[in-house]
Amino acid sequence: MIEFFTSSTFQTVLSALNSGFLKTLQLFFITLIGALPLGLVISFGSMSRLAPFARPVHWFLRRQKRAPGRIAKALIAFRPIRLICRLVVWVIRGTPLVLQIIALFYVPGIQRWFSWPSGESGRMMAVCVAFIINYACYFSEIYRGGIQGVPKGQQEAGQVLGMTKSQIFRHITLLQMIKRIVPPISNEIITLVKDTSLARVIALQEVIWMGESFMKGNSGIAGLTWPLFFTAVYYLIFSGIVTVLLGKLEKKLDFFQ
Amino acid sequence: MAILEVHHIEKHFGATRVLEDISFDLEQGQALAIIGSSGSGKTTLLRCLNFLEKPDQGTISVAGNLIFDAADPATQRESEVRKKRLHFGLVFQSFNLFPQYTALKNVTLARELLAQEQLDFKENKKKILEDIQADGRELLAKMGLSERADHYPSQLSGGQQQRVAIARALALRPDILCFDEPTSALDPELTGEVLRVIRELAEQRTTMIIVTHEMAFARDVADQVIFMDGGVIVEQGDARQVIEHPREERTRQFLSRYSEG
Repeated sequence: MIEFFTSSTFQTVLSALNSGFLKTLQLFFITLIGALPLGLVISFGSMSRLAPFARPVHWFLRRQKRAPGRIAKALIAFRPIRLICRLVVWVIRGTPLVLQIIALFYVPGIQRWFSWPSGESGRMMAVCVAFIINYACYFSEIYRGGIQGVPKGQQEAGQVLGMTKSQIFRHITLLQMIKRIVPPISNEIITLVKDTSLARVIALQEVIWMGESFMKGNSGIAGLTWPLFFTAVYYLIFSGIVTVLLGKLEKKLDFFQ
Repeated sequence: MAILEVHHIEKHFGATRVLEDISFDLEQGQALAIIGSSGSGKTTLLRCLNFLEKPDQGTISVAGNLIFDAADPATQRESEVRKKRLHFGLVFQSFNLFPQYTALKNVTLARELLAQEQLDFKENKKKILEDIQADGRELLAKMGLSERADHYPSQLSGGQQQRVAIARALALRPDILCFDEPTSALDPELTGEVLRVIRELAEQRTTMIIVTHEMAFARDVADQVIFMDGGVIVEQGDARQVIEHPREERTRQFLSRYSEG
């Protein structure tokens, strides 16, 4: 048994899996750093009340002393920012992440719009962009639920105390929203740990790609199946750590209701 | 001169008219009670005064200054509305305390944020914040909550929460303090402590508008009473007079339902 762990085969496999897992971690953290704030921006967009035609249409109707017809009502309710954001969220959440990764990596080059840097760094870049956009859309819906779940009376209490909109968000809504979203966000983050393996579809050499390579042949080793299954250990340990940390965060916010 | 003059306020929600031609004055140091059944427009009126709703018609003046005119968009700009709000304090039916802050922080937060706009805030930061803290503790002491200053709202009873909310509204020294059914969300045995605090405020000549279902309280504490029904003022006058000897038939019917219960 001990001989196995000290064998050169094991050492080779382990260091290959380690380097693969490093890429997995990189992808994981870059996605979080990008998607957590971008999701907030999208959630604001999808709640935007900007209606550019509302004022002129109301004004026109008043001048003409007419009740709003179907077209007028549609124009008043037209909120372009909200519409665009919700459309993007629908498309991104409604199609497979794998499809988005493939499209984002190959299409710009084929269409000659731009091309990703060659080699592993270009793959990593494309995959990061795809993951950030995809996860930001999921996060945005969770944020929206969190913000809209804070009772309206909280905002009104801030308003009558003379606070500005941004003060109300920063000092009142934000922490209450975070408390609400920690459980659903935790779910998404655990999913992200495992979703990183989808990057192999454009041959990013993350941990599963590495594990599989020893079946096909890598560093003179072929026909080994255990390295592929051994990758599960990495995921289990990592998702275990993430679960514990997020649980601690949840506990930390227990001081209020 | 009246501290508050409200003229011809009208408010619609869609096609429904919820307030119609509401006019009244309130003198400095007086307490006005607004009574009426649910849906009569009492709360909407209070929300209009606090700029949580925008009246479709009418004007509001505080101490002789026109602060809202439905016909003049210049009086409705967001940046100005924020300052004008500070003439009024509002105590909500459901308290609406900030759950993530202690009782003391609930009371001081708004003043701390306002203080940041002061020109000398950076130089005298420590002193200013200490003063605000001291004021906050004093207000809580007035409410009989000295021991509860560092408690979170969820650790307080409903009556204690509402008293913190009153302290929070008082912290900004509003000209007129408004109460929206301050005891309706409380268990009967907890209403007493909140009413006692409001009574003390009345004795100190705090200018107040109280929307309430507590008729005996309105009669004893308020100077003036307005009875509303269906979005209009049916009867207004001296509190004792209106509640004990109403002139209008609708007022009589409403009050008799309360004396039965």
